[in-house]
Amino acid sequence: MKILVCISKAPDTTAKIAFKDNNTAFDENNVQFIVNPYDEWYALVRALELKETLGGTVTTISVGEVDMDAIIRKAFAIGADDGVRIDAPATDAYFVAEQIATFAKQGAYDLILTGKETIDYNGSSVGGMIAEMLNLPFVSLATKLDLSGTTATLECDIDGGTEVLECNLPLVISAAKGMAEARIPNMRGIMAARTKALQVIAATTADKLTEIKSYTLAPGRTTCKMIDAENAASLIDMLHNEAKVI
Amino acid sequence: MATKTDVFQHPDYYLMDELLTDEHKLIRDTARAWVKKEVSPVVEEACQKAEFPKQWIKGLASIGAFGPYIPEQYGGAGLDQISYGIIMQELERGDSGLRSTASVQSSLVMYPIYTFGTEAQKMKYLPKLASGEWMGCFGLTEPDHGSNPGGMITHIKDKGDYYELNGAKMWISNAPFADIAVVWAKDESGAIRGMVVERGWEGFTTPETHGKWSLRASATGELVFDNVKVPKENIFPEIKGLKGPLSCLNSARYGIAWGAIGAAMDCYDSALRYSKERVQFGKPIAGFQLTQKKLAEMVTEITKAQLFTWRLGVLKNENRATPAQISMAKRNNVNMALTIAREARQIHGGMGITGEYPIMRHMMNLESVITYEGTHDIHLLITGMDITGIAAFE
Repeated sequence: MKILVCISKAPDTTAKIAFKDNNTAFDENNVQFIVNPYDEWYALVRALELKETLGGTVTTISVGEVDMDAIIRKAFAIGADDGVRIDAPATDAYFVAEQIATFAKQGAYDLILTGKETIDYNGSSVGGMIAEMLNLPFVSLATKLDLSGTTATLECDIDGGTEVLECNLPLVISAAKGMAEARIPNMRGIMAARTKALQVIAATTADKLTEIKSYTLAPGRTTCKMIDAENAASLIDMLHNEAKVI
Repeated sequence: MATKTDVFQHPDYYLMDELLTDEHKLIRDTARAWVKKEVSPVVEEACQKAEFPKQWIKGLASIGAFGPYIPEQYGGAGLDQISYGIIMQELERGDSGLRSTASVQSSLVMYPIYTFGTEAQKMKYLPKLASGEWMGCFGLTEPDHGSNPGGMITHIKDKGDYYELNGAKMWISNAPFADIAVVWAKDESGAIRGMVVERGWEGFTTPETHGKWSLRASATGELVFDNVKVPKENIFPEIKGLKGPLSCLNSARYGIAWGAIGAAMDCYDSALRYSKERVQFGKPIAGFQLTQKKLAEMVTEITKAQLFTWRLGVLKNENRATPAQISMAKRNNVNMALTIAREARQIHGGMGITGEYPIMRHMMNLESVITYEGTHDIHLLITGMDITGIAAFE
């Protein structure tokens, strides 16, 4: 079983978000980055569980600059065997997918796993694009993944229930909450991470199809207006005329 | 009992993270994640019941808290001293009793076996101590000899095939469940010798100390030796005198210096969060000058301690940290943490005395930490002796 897990970085959920250059760029100053939780907690951990049961290898792939290396080493500490970093800034989903697909073509991977989205840009695009570029099936937002021979059985949440799918390998999957339980690295893993191979390769030429023009922060929390419980008319008036929601 | 989600974030006012390596930060985040998952949900109840949660032992071993700087060939992690300090910081952020358990195992049991033990002793004990299969304790303090350990009366007599050990040790962390004890006793010439004593040997008992108001999630007891036969191969062969036990305490005190920052950070984080949520007179109490004074002084003292202790870690890595430098850091940081715990208690108002918040627990724990491994006053006299050349305690 050869598994490729796509790992990206994301700002820690407690980071203070600010923008620079006239609100055209994210200000990374003093921002702590973490492994994108959907990539780590679900995609990587499920890949490791499958490897532990069925044998094989788990390779991580990331698109990013040198500051990604600490993120990749954490994936190693959790248990990935080796990793690849495509040395380019990850600014556009199509560009990232093209880099990963180009690498994956040479590897004959049985499974390619991504998190369902990164928690910063929430694009949810890379997995589907990789599948298309490799002409492979794609299952998005999978909450469960089991393998029997070359057949994968997956579960996905749908409106009001769950659907069960079967799909033959090779396959691209985006992993959602429920696929695995987050693992805390242990000291043996941290020590082993020092010596695992992290291959850095140059990016191939690929288009960037999107460009972010500007950012705006969500409006901050506003003050709460208290209305007497007996005064429903005032509530309706405010919802209609001030909030304009009814 | 409170089982709120642990949302701790550490203050990093002077960007100290930039002084740490990626591996240091990974080790810290790992220890913190483990504390949040396995310790925070149960620590208040464990303290209220005065029970040491035994399930912590496996987790402590897993995150490398037992002998992190012991070489890998003996089961340790082969990490540097800053890594050791960071692990202690994160554990004490959870609870000083938890950190005490790990400090004792690492600095007071594994360190002397590694430093003074024979190769056979190292191979027999260290891997099992690193994995948590065996737990250890350290017997130096006696009922009548605390700050003056050189006056100890526990002693060994050479009986030809073995040594006969008699005496008693007091205030021993981990004693009630320890599988082995590193014990310091005088030989017939009056020289202090170290040895490993195993649970189960005839005449060796470990009665538990009850009724503590501090370190309640850590087991404390006595070591009683009544004609215990200690095989000669269990004696540390070369080390004689107080230098042996004091070098262990040096290592442990270094860990405490880091650990105390963890307790202080937890109190500060809780106080900062609470003060922004608690509204009085129409605004959060964080908006009042007297609260801001407390919070600002807390983060100032934590920041100073972080940088001070990081520098000590660098010196320790270079084998240049002196015992007096370590005394200064232990004394300063524990006092700093205790002061912050008391101020944080004030900010929490009445809630600060409940198990809903960690404050009172940290405060009570720190009353032990400021006393054990060299009291607050003795450490000051060590600094005094170091700068004047005159010992005030002799």
